[in-house]
Amino acid sequence: MYEVVAREEMADGEIVSNEILAPQIAKKAKPGQFVIMIANERGERVPLTMAKVDKEKGTITVIYMVVGKSTRLFSSIKVGEGFRDVVGPLGSPTHIEKKDGTVICIGGGTALAVLHPITKAYFEAGNRVITIVGARTAKHLILEDEMRAVSTEFHICTDDGSKGYHGFGTDVMEQVIAKEKIAEVVAIGPVPMMKYTSSLTKKHGIPTVVSLNPIMIDGTGMCGGCRVTIDGKTKFACVDGPEFDGHQVDFDGLIRRLQAYNLEERCSDNEYCKLND
Amino acid sequence: MEFEKEVKYLTKKERRKIPLQHMPEMAPEIRKDCFDEVTLGYSLHEAQMEAARCIQCKDPACVAGCPVGINIPKFLEEIVEGDLDSSIDTVWDKTALPAVCGRVCPQEIQCEIVCVVGKKKGVEPVAIGNLEMFIADWARASGIKNNPAIPPSTGKKIAVVGSGPAGITVAGDLAKKGHKVTIYEALHRAGGVLLYGIPEFRLAKDIVDYELDALRDLGVEIKCNQVIGRTIDIDELLEEYGYDAVFVGVGAGLPNFLNIPGEDLNGVFSANEYLTRANLMKAFDFPNVDTPIIAGRKVAILGAGNVAMDAARTAVRLGAKSVNIVYRRTRAQSPSRHIEIHHAEEEGVNFHFLRSPIEFIGDASGRLVGVSCQVMELGEPDEGGRQRPIPVGDEHQYIDCDLAIIAIGTSANPLLTNVTEGLELNRWGNIQADPKTGKTTKDKVWAGGDITLGQATVILAMGMGRDAATSIDEYLKTK
Ligand SMILES: Cc1cc2nc3c(=O)[nH]c(=O)nc-3n(C[C@H](O)[C@H](O)[C@H](O)COP(=O)(O)OP(=O)(O)OC[C@H]3O[C@@H](n4cnc5c(N)ncnc54)[C@H](O)[C@@H]3O)c2cc1C
Ligand code: FES
Repeated sequence: MYEVVAREEMADGEIVSNEILAPQIAKKAKPGQFVIMIANERGERVPLTMAKVDKEKGTITVIYMVVGKSTRLFSSIKVGEGFRDVVGPLGSPTHIEKKDGTVICIGGGTALAVLHPITKAYFEAGNRVITIVGARTAKHLILEDEMRAVSTEFHICTDDGSKGYHGFGTDVMEQVIAKEKIAEVVAIGPVPMMKYTSSLTKKHGIPTVVSLNPIMIDGTGMCGGCRVTIDGKTKFACVDGPEFDGHQVDFDGLIRRLQAYNLEERCSDNEYCKLND
Repeated sequence: MEFEKEVKYLTKKERRKIPLQHMPEMAPEIRKDCFDEVTLGYSLHEAQMEAARCIQCKDPACVAGCPVGINIPKFLEEIVEGDLDSSIDTVWDKTALPAVCGRVCPQEIQCEIVCVVGKKKGVEPVAIGNLEMFIADWARASGIKNNPAIPPSTGKKIAVVGSGPAGITVAGDLAKKGHKVTIYEALHRAGGVLLYGIPEFRLAKDIVDYELDALRDLGVEIKCNQVIGRTIDIDELLEEYGYDAVFVGVGAGLPNFLNIPGEDLNGVFSANEYLTRANLMKAFDFPNVDTPIIAGRKVAILGAGNVAMDAARTAVRLGAKSVNIVYRRTRAQSPSRHIEIHHAEEEGVNFHFLRSPIEFIGDASGRLVGVSCQVMELGEPDEGGRQRPIPVGDEHQYIDCDLAIIAIGTSANPLLTNVTEGLELNRWGNIQADPKTGKTTKDKVWAGGDITLGQATVILAMGMGRDAATSIDEYLKTK
């Protein structure tokens, strides 16, 4: 068992953070890598990118939105209880270096949990980092202080204008691009947001990194379920990624494949909700 | 055929008259709807009758045909004698996993093909595989494990990477020599392909669990959720963890794709993914378990090996209305065991030979609706003498399907080998190992099974495991 040592709820419980004791994984984990977690004997294998790693305490932190049966199960695990399985670190780490120019880190929703360690690493590598974070409403904005602390410049956007700029992060990004030389954009969030961001940066010729979250099983390259099309070629996100060149990703294909089990998942979640009502 | 006396008292002449004892099987109509094992196993009497068909050759070809050299005439005669304890020991002397091998080994191209009894026209060879299954199942039902007295601890530690048949064999052999063995497995459950690939209806999972328990009884520790190359590196195992030797048996876990248009449509799977969902994750029990699977009403399987048959028969059991195997060569060229093809046909699977898939077709929402195939014919033989399929003009066949499973083989997974220095690979990415000892080019590291052979068989993986264990043990003695 992998014990949950701390648990936090955000956005009225819609988003949950679990700090889990996993010293072996914590020792090895690098920004951009993920773990696969299983709640219990009957659970499915769920990939989640690590939001924080505490090498001294030997813990890793994952943050997830409670959207389906598995995340509902995850969120029901109390401090002192644990996950049946946690395996990792998986995937290739982010390639961090000092860039010749500014780095924009843009993201939204729970993906900020993924973006945070990468932003931090870029910042600590001595880059000028402009961070643009987005959320549906102020309530849904997570890791605000943490993100601000690792950014040279920090922007907040909300869809409803309840905090910061009223509108999309990409609007703010366009303004930033107009003002200074951007060496790289790191965009992590919902697939349509990454798609749109990549199409904008492509016009400006700015290299762009995105982090993809296809359906996975083993996370070691064994099943091919996580395959994505990059520059016309099949790649396995769990080993070749999860980060890819945003200008080469077939986002429409990814969106489609993510919906493969929509029906089944809804059915499973309904059953679970009925049982636990 | 019944005799008045016990089988062991039959004369040679009477023995010759015994017909082949057929393996009792669950009827196709019943087994189509469940995942229970198809083969039911011999009774003691059936086993003794079948074993008595063996004419006890002086220079038995079957032993030479067995990749691990089981003393087949001896274990068969011990069954005839009713000395089952000795019989299972004879088998265990050469194979750690007889219950598995009896079920999944291609005996028809190994021991049985050379059986002298079968050389006579119209006479079947002795069903050696069925008898191996019998004796192993008897041992399991009697609670007997292959756990001899272990010599005192040597103080040496070995790490085994991967818990498939290669890893299981190495671990057992070395533990029996008094070494401390730890298995590191990437998945959350141990067993390798035996667990996640080969379906329950061909190899019940409690057999695999029994064998793993026997390993634990020997003092072998099995650690799951350990991806070597990610969670821990091989060099760390040797240096920080202090292992004296490492055996790499990580299998050939990288599915090949066809690289044809439409392969990313929803409904197109690798056999590895489909079988892993069904076997390891038990998705057939969804929503009682959380992993879903697309059941498929009309299913196309691309490829015709064992894996393809397993996928097809899994689809049948998940309720498909029609299951179609599509293969670019002929039936005779299919790499699958004949028994698997036979079982698949009994369960209503259709075969389309000389058809090569060229495109997956999807609907507007990206769901698979069919696969278009090029019609082929056999052309000139290649260097290996096998006739190569060539296209027949632009003749096509369209096969309706909402689920397609690609079962055209696997390659070496580079996850571990990419990050391990000093481990030389061949041009297909398989680890280079001495064929006799399994020793790799890296100090203190051995390898065996599919990662060195390419996708092979359970028995070859075990055989290599055994050789590697012997070599590791010899090496440890010199230290
Ligand atoms: C569906 C299917 C049906 C088959 N049917 C037959 C049959 O009927 N008869 C037959 O003889 N053969 C059959 N085979 C082939 C046979 O199963 C293999 O040849 C055999 O299992 C190889 O054994 P192995 O020990 O080398 O590897 P595997 O059984 O593949 O085991 C390797 C193990 O290593 C683990 N691993 C991989 N990477 C790592 C890592 N980095 N760190 C830690 N662990 C790792 C894997 O998760 C796996 O558990 C079949 C194969 C499949 C897929
Ligand atoms: S998750 Fe199975 S190959 Fe990537």
